[in-house]
Amino acid sequence: MTAAGWCVLLFDSVSQVLLAEKVLKQAALGHKVIPVPRQISSDCGVCIRFDPAERDRVVEALAGKVEVREICFV
Amino acid sequence: MSRTVYLDNAATSWPKPEVMMKAMCAFSSSVGANPGRSGHTLSIEAARIILAARETVAALFAIPNPLRVAFTRNATEALNIAIHGLLGEGGHVVTSSMEHNSVMRPLRALEGRGLRVDAAPCSATGELDPRDLLPLLRPETKAVVITHASNVTGTLMPIGEIGAACRERGIALCVDASQTAGTVPIDVEAMRVDLLAFTGHKALLGPQGTGGLYLREGLEHKVAALMQGGTGSASEFEVQPGFMPDKYEAGTPNTIGIAGLGASAGFILERGVEAVREYETGLVARLLAGLSSIPGVSVHGVADASRRSAVVSFTLKGVSPSDAVLSLDANYGIMARPGLHCAPSAHRTIGTFPEGTLRFSPGFFTTPEDIDHAVEAVARIAQGKRR
Repeated sequence: MTAAGWCVLLFDSVSQVLLAEKVLKQAALGHKVIPVPRQISSDCGVCIRFDPAERDRVVEALAGKVEVREICFV
Repeated sequence: MSRTVYLDNAATSWPKPEVMMKAMCAFSSSVGANPGRSGHTLSIEAARIILAARETVAALFAIPNPLRVAFTRNATEALNIAIHGLLGEGGHVVTSSMEHNSVMRPLRALEGRGLRVDAAPCSATGELDPRDLLPLLRPETKAVVITHASNVTGTLMPIGEIGAACRERGIALCVDASQTAGTVPIDVEAMRVDLLAFTGHKALLGPQGTGGLYLREGLEHKVAALMQGGTGSASEFEVQPGFMPDKYEAGTPNTIGIAGLGASAGFILERGVEAVREYETGLVARLLAGLSSIPGVSVHGVADASRRSAVVSFTLKGVSPSDAVLSLDANYGIMARPGLHCAPSAHRTIGTFPEGTLRFSPGFFTTPEDIDHAVEAVARIAQGKRR
């Protein structure tokens, strides 16, 4: 974890979260599936947390594979 | 020890592969949670199991994006979503005269509310000549809803030709793959299928209570959902999400069933649908040859095993299908199905309404010896012997 906190990837559905999880696993990029933090949304769903330092690599890995709704800092 | 020969795989396949039981036990004993609803380890693991099943099923039908598959209870629910969702506001639809009630009943229900239904006539062997269907397509036709193979005669429908004609005209093609998913190769793009309804408990060798609907990219905007409810997504809104697959998956799914379906579909995928098809076609050819040689037996449908799914309907002179099935069960341990098989129109087409037929449907675990045992039993019943 960096001083800036975490980045969070938001998706429309749980299925997309898990597709993204597979992509990040294959790309060997550190991440964790967590419940969506309350400060972002009241959605009862899940999202993916990762180190902001990896942001470019995460975005690149997911491009064209899974549609990301939003990337937030928490 | 009495022998059991199960020849009712067109109703539900049995036995099931060991991997299905293992996957269902593993879900129950070590996962158990509600998929993706809560964000904890077990909930996410349950959602992973469902995604893996979606990917396996998508691979079987050459669907590039697994999220295009929505899971349902069975093919009937999938067909109801497709038919009510596409045609609920009326219009014109074309079907065939060989359909199961899972297609005909939703269509007839909507007919009472203004839908116009045309059924293309099929031959006495259950075959559809595309030239009998194409003239029924009109500028206002919204969809063609048709079976891939008849559950009565096994006759395969010319889906590729119908699909090309529909795509040209911008008509949605909805295929009922209840009898073929897992046993006849299906490629939704090559066959130009827009909606594919399948069940998990037949040739996919999965548990009852599982099935699904594939919708081609963009069709979710044209097909209304039958039910609304919780999806674990877009929870801040009180309207149903419009994206796949959540739009059609309201409420807690049958995760234990889907775990089993994923394992069974993987079992088929590993062996290859082509290999399954070749094996079952051999069984059907053996069954057709055996039954056709018995005096007093009339076999319905096309004579060529390669042009039918693993279903053989026949009638016995002087013995009703129900009496024959009773004797096959009691005296020979053979499980078969008599009657109309929920498809009255198909029986009218082949001339066996209202008595129906006797149906043998072998499956992946049926052996050539099972077929020979069944043929011998029918021969004895035809001769008027009890055993």
